[in-house]
Amino acid sequence: MSEMKLLVDLMRELEDQLIVCMRCGMCQAVCPLFEQTGREADVARGKLALLTGLMNEMFKDAEGTFERLNRCLLCGSCAANCPSGVKILDIFIKARAILAGFMGLSPAKRILLRGMLSHPKFFDRLTEWGAVFQTIFTKPVNDLIGTSCSRIASPLLSDRHFVPLASRPFHRTTPELNSNPTSSKIKVLFYVGCLIDKIFPQVAEAVVKALKHHGVGIFIPPNQGCCGIPAVSSGDMKSFEKLIVHNLNAFSGTSYDYLVTACATCTSTIKKIWPVMIKGLPHINSQMEERVYEISEKSMDINEFLVNIIGVSSSTSPRDASGIPITYHDPCHLKKSLGVYQEPRALIKSNPAYRFSEMPSADWCCGLGGSFSLSYYEISSRIGKKKRENIVTNGCRVVATGCPACMLQISDMLSQSGDRVRVNHPVEIYADSLW
Amino acid sequence: MITPGVLKEFERRIGRENLFTDVTDRLTYSYDAAVVDPVVPAFAVQPRTSEALSWAVRLCNENLIPMTVRGAGTNLSGGTVPSSEGAVVLTNALNRIIEINEEDMFAVVEPGVVTAKLALAVESKGLFYPPDPGSQSVSTIGGNVAENAGGLRGLKYGVTRDYVMGLQFFDANGDPVKTGSKTVKCATGYNLTGLLVGSEGTLGVFDRIILKLIPLPRDRKAMVAVFNDLNHACETVAAVIAHRIIPATLEIMDNFTIRAVEASSHAGLPVDAAALLLIEVDGHPAQVEEDAEKISTLCKKFEARDIRVAKDAAEREKVWSARRGALSALAKIKPTLVLEDATVPRSKVPHMVRAIEEISRKYNISIGTFGHAGDGNLHPTILTDRRNSEEWKRVESAVSAIFDEALTLGGTLSGEHGTGIAKSCYLEKETSKATILYSKRLKSALDPNRILNPGKIIWDKTDSS
Repeated sequence: MSEMKLLVDLMRELEDQLIVCMRCGMCQAVCPLFEQTGREADVARGKLALLTGLMNEMFKDAEGTFERLNRCLLCGSCAANCPSGVKILDIFIKARAILAGFMGLSPAKRILLRGMLSHPKFFDRLTEWGAVFQTIFTKPVNDLIGTSCSRIASPLLSDRHFVPLASRPFHRTTPELNSNPTSSKIKVLFYVGCLIDKIFPQVAEAVVKALKHHGVGIFIPPNQGCCGIPAVSSGDMKSFEKLIVHNLNAFSGTSYDYLVTACATCTSTIKKIWPVMIKGLPHINSQMEERVYEISEKSMDINEFLVNIIGVSSSTSPRDASGIPITYHDPCHLKKSLGVYQEPRALIKSNPAYRFSEMPSADWCCGLGGSFSLSYYEISSRIGKKKRENIVTNGCRVVATGCPACMLQISDMLSQSGDRVRVNHPVEIYADSLW
Repeated sequence: MITPGVLKEFERRIGRENLFTDVTDRLTYSYDAAVVDPVVPAFAVQPRTSEALSWAVRLCNENLIPMTVRGAGTNLSGGTVPSSEGAVVLTNALNRIIEINEEDMFAVVEPGVVTAKLALAVESKGLFYPPDPGSQSVSTIGGNVAENAGGLRGLKYGVTRDYVMGLQFFDANGDPVKTGSKTVKCATGYNLTGLLVGSEGTLGVFDRIILKLIPLPRDRKAMVAVFNDLNHACETVAAVIAHRIIPATLEIMDNFTIRAVEASSHAGLPVDAAALLLIEVDGHPAQVEEDAEKISTLCKKFEARDIRVAKDAAEREKVWSARRGALSALAKIKPTLVLEDATVPRSKVPHMVRAIEEISRKYNISIGTFGHAGDGNLHPTILTDRRNSEEWKRVESAVSAIFDEALTLGGTLSGEHGTGIAKSCYLEKETSKATILYSKRLKSALDPNRILNPGKIIWDKTDSS
């Protein structure tokens, strides 16, 4: 009982944010999960009511609340459309931290987050071994998309069609870089991010190519750690803090004008979640806090950087019918969290070899939601299949999207249906147009 | 009585995965969008077929379990707040548009169809389903019919009631009842359709709804008129109607609301204006042109300082996004928002607006007023923090004063949100003792076991749980 009291006290910290929800229910219109299930506990209003109920001691089921809170893609569609401006993602992430602290992490998450992710060097090594051994257990299924599936029945992989680990991750080909700006007079820190480093190194190559082309000075710090989103979204503040401290050290020593990433989730984590969630962490001193705010200010998505700072614009040469048909999927963390949606389109249109057209519901979530897909693969796939239908309806041969996590999900969905549609990052499309 | 055996029976008839008995799930069905106390139901079910829905009603009746039907739970009068010993019956899995008949211009839908989805499907065929309640992007047709929902187009096109041609619903025993038809005319039997529309789930449970569709207007034009004097804006509204012009939409926004919208959206609204009128005319292009011209002249006559006509779809969208943003802009100011919908004969709009201003001063609370001036349905919106009990008392008094004023002016407590539990205790004031008694007799004849959403509309001490 005294423990429950402690939880209630912790929940009280969220009271001022929770009270803003007026239960209008408009989040039902945009929640990809609710669309599938029609269950109130799956939509933001229901989850906010549960947190409020826990806080007001209307009921005591902290475990059930935690479980339902974790059944969420954290796509932020609700927050972006909330009439009252409830800071839903902030509340959910803080509440996950409170409840995880109260209940403890699951053993699997403990191994994954504390044992692996929060030790960047070990994590790198582990995935390199994984890349060597994966061919034994998996086989390629779609050469165009580059997906594989499991050779044997595996509870972890189930019937996924996944893009395998790259044989040479980006940190092997380019462990570090520190070049001075030329024509642009701008220097950026390029934060690679785990998925791009280990699964889509070609996206990182494209970023470097584009930055070099525009005379941008590039600082790639060695031994970069994960941005911390898997940890913080699981409520594991210990690993989250460890990763922030690790990255603050890695990023120091060289000055830069912007921190760019090609991963929508990394950008929104560094820009939006770092400054909100570092408060009160035991090993973060005021000086480190200042640096986090500064880094958050400087962080920028690569599409936004190339279009708004460098000034890349849509190609003026006419795109005739012979152009390769291409469409774009809006990652939630790019459009809904950061308001970036015109820039990637502009970047794609800058390559005259392609002919761009919108697909229906381009900004509807792809359904991956990071660890959501691990726990709820079946629902995640149902949401993903809707995305796949919209892509196929568009008739494109390439679908671009500004987030490696979306790239994974879309590859899985297209590959499962045997579609011949390539999945790229807009920066790859742009880099292709450069000599 | 709910026993494990009864729940087993629900499981057997409706499906185990569609029955929610966990307290955590139940808590999420304890509220709707009204500012009333939540009540956690004993369980919730989500029937996926018409047959399962019928079983839900039958089993509730046989076991004397009060049941509350819930669509999207966006009710603004507490009509979807259940009983603690009762069941919540979800209709959102019954969401098929069964037919859109272009030749005879009607649609047949299941109760869980989302209003905006139907409107979109109908429009793609060049037809029009006009009722557009503010919650249309999530609200369900079943809920709209049960509440007789209104919207922005009430002035010209009427409300949900005007589009319900027929119904198939389950009575308290779970047996199917049919009323109305797919024909324009139908003179058989009692007008049960009329009785069921707006019955808030107290007389039957909708299974199928036949809706009237009309041709999509060929042209539309939106405009905004800016006034330095609220009275002048209200007089313009009265004058437009008096000149026999019926705009599709005629909305008003007071200064408090204008400032709130501007603060949250930076749309370039004139923050020093006392009031805005947002007007849309639609129909044949020639008529649209003529009506727009006449309205402009009237606005000028009543000293509108500026009249802007939307030149294209993008500008039109800007006008309506300002209006749609009104409620959310107000919601961002304080934690609790009480949205009222007292309605007066439209000629009395100027009186009502002045009275609301007076009430706001007298009780010292913030009230933003916007709404459907053209049909007399204003939305005085009280901004408060329910945790402040002293202020909350003043809010309750102000709400009561608003109701009194509306009734004095010959109006009604609710134009479109329904009676629910929030207004049931005021109903006798608007009607008469005999009206309540008549309604009670009707209710007990049709629902002798008092299982259909008890405690809503007609309030009774025995209903309080």
